[in-house]
Amino acid sequence: MTAAPEPTPTIVRPTSSEQIAPYTPLALVVLLICVGYLAIGIPSSWLTLTLSGLAMGMMYFIMATGLTLVFGLMDVINFGHGAFISLGAFVGVTVLLELGVFSESPTLWLNIAAVLLSIAAAMAVCSIAGWGFERLVVRPVYGSHLNQILVTMGGLIIAEQLIIVFWGPEEIYFTRPEMLKGSADLFGATIEKFRLLVVSLGLGMFAMMRWILRQTKIGLIVRAGVEDREMVMALGYRLRLVFIGVFIAGSALAGFGGAIWGMYQEVITAHMGNQAMVLVFIVVIIGGLGSVEGCFLGALMVGLMQNYVGFLAPKFALLSNIGLMVAILIWRPMGMIPVVKAK
Amino acid sequence: MIRALLSDDLPRSRVLTLVLLGIVLCLALAPFLFPGVRTVDTAARICIFIVLVASYDLLIGFTGIVSFAHTMFFGFGAYGVAFGLIHLDRSFWAMGLGAAGGALTAACVAIVIGLFSLRVRAIFFAMITLAVASAVAVLFSQLSSITGGEDGLTFKLPRVLGPAFKFGTETLDGRLFGVRLNGKLLAYYLVFFSAVLLFLGLLRLVNSPFGRVLKAIRENEFRAEAIGYPVIQYRVAASCISAITAACAGALYAIWLRYVGPETTLSMEIMINVLLMVVIGGMGTLYGAIVGAAVFVLAQNYLRNLMGAAATLMQDIPILPQFLSADRWLLWLGVLFVLSVYFFPSGVVGRLRRS
Repeated sequence: MTAAPEPTPTIVRPTSSEQIAPYTPLALVVLLICVGYLAIGIPSSWLTLTLSGLAMGMMYFIMATGLTLVFGLMDVINFGHGAFISLGAFVGVTVLLELGVFSESPTLWLNIAAVLLSIAAAMAVCSIAGWGFERLVVRPVYGSHLNQILVTMGGLIIAEQLIIVFWGPEEIYFTRPEMLKGSADLFGATIEKFRLLVVSLGLGMFAMMRWILRQTKIGLIVRAGVEDREMVMALGYRLRLVFIGVFIAGSALAGFGGAIWGMYQEVITAHMGNQAMVLVFIVVIIGGLGSVEGCFLGALMVGLMQNYVGFLAPKFALLSNIGLMVAILIWRPMGMIPVVKAK
Repeated sequence: MIRALLSDDLPRSRVLTLVLLGIVLCLALAPFLFPGVRTVDTAARICIFIVLVASYDLLIGFTGIVSFAHTMFFGFGAYGVAFGLIHLDRSFWAMGLGAAGGALTAACVAIVIGLFSLRVRAIFFAMITLAVASAVAVLFSQLSSITGGEDGLTFKLPRVLGPAFKFGTETLDGRLFGVRLNGKLLAYYLVFFSAVLLFLGLLRLVNSPFGRVLKAIRENEFRAEAIGYPVIQYRVAASCISAITAACAGALYAIWLRYVGPETTLSMEIMINVLLMVVIGGMGTLYGAIVGAAVFVLAQNYLRNLMGAAATLMQDIPILPQFLSADRWLLWLGVLFVLSVYFFPSGVVGRLRRS
């Protein structure tokens, strides 16, 4: 009787390119910043542009993240997402104007409190609207992408018109709270104060979402649902309820994004949400549908690209982002961090 | 004869046949039945939008993919004609060359977008076309040295199509049934007959084996692939044909208006109008385009007056007049749109055919 041959396990190390692969999207953002530095050449304007690019990226991230999660979880694409951006902006600005005492006072903390309160109001109204939207518009058309696109587009038209009914058709101009106007000097670069606030709010939001998705049970269910919906349902979780929660949270985040987007531009119109959706879709596609991290990195890239190209060749700012999207889709057809399997 | 012209795809409903006959006859005789600048203009718009909506129906109703770049292709055709007539000379040759150039550009762009987005998932197509169309609209309104920017371009048509050109002055005394025989009348009939030709061409296409494969892909993509049809190629081809037809419609629009601008040819608003027309008329029927475009353009022109009247009636009730004011007609069309997607996804035409 011969002895069984000795098992000879071979340990295959991942090649260096495989080890790097998960970090390439992050490296791309850094690369974009470096290329921007070389293309612009003036350190102070580069710093200004980079910071405002990051601020814009944060806003796109906040606006886009709900869309990407809703799609990942339930395969629902919401073209009416822009309506919540507009609604958030109108509610936020209305509250901000109501809080005139807070925002006109020269104390920084009262100003920030006014901004935060108006954002909270925008989120509250948008979450209620989101619940209604899911109930009335989205629920009857599960499973059919064609009808989803049509119906949510119809919902967008109705929502925009309702905003006009309540707030009037004119653009609303306003000014930001006292202490958040103007800019500060940092290493010789002029940096708008409001952008600093936006960057910190965006980073805070990203950290919070990461914490919820990675550390809590509900986050676990959401992530598992994005990976494999049927399995999670088979394990006994009522994914429908989770989905409604995510839809409401996504709408509230769109309201959040819309409110700061409105304050950033100091003018709001009913169509601003739909205009922002163009870049939101680009962000979602290059990030990879369903991925929050991809959405964050994609948003930063889009924001930076918009600002750098806007400085170098203003007419091609939007076109450059289309170019970015095309390049990324050639490289990774499912986006930078693909999560949802091709269905 | 009629059967052959309609590619054996008859309306198949008595009411629908009457409605379609009525619309087509009104359009064919519009300058004689409703003489007047505004009414003839409305009729020409209906003709052009029928072609645009029918070409969109080829995508949305027969192939099952949603594009938001349809007005971009429409705009390519329109700007093509404008460039031809401005930069070459004031002749039919330049006009045709411009339209062909526009259609060719539209085809190339459609192929590129299709290969990028349809390769992954059909849903990407909707998002990517939205992004590309907005970028192109912004670009066209900013490159003012070439495209005239927000103001657009005005240009002169070949002399034969202008109102100053008169014919039949000796034999008919320059009038037929009291209507002046001039270039404007010729321009209307150029638009009308081109529209008829394009529409019949599309009808032929959807009733061909190619159209059948498109329907199979719409119904079950996976199965069509399994039977051995290259789904992506078919979808790209459909989007390409639809883009070319849209560009032709755009060329007709430019010829009729003698003007192109981003607001009239490229804006998102027109895209939404086309979407409303195709859904109200009926997706996947092609005849829906005729009904949808006619109803919508008429509503656009006349519903506003009606709503304004209703708003003045309701003046004493709070808020309600706000909802009924003439500028809010899009709100009610939006509601109609959502309801029709839920309750009759096959639109007016589908409804009539079933009963």
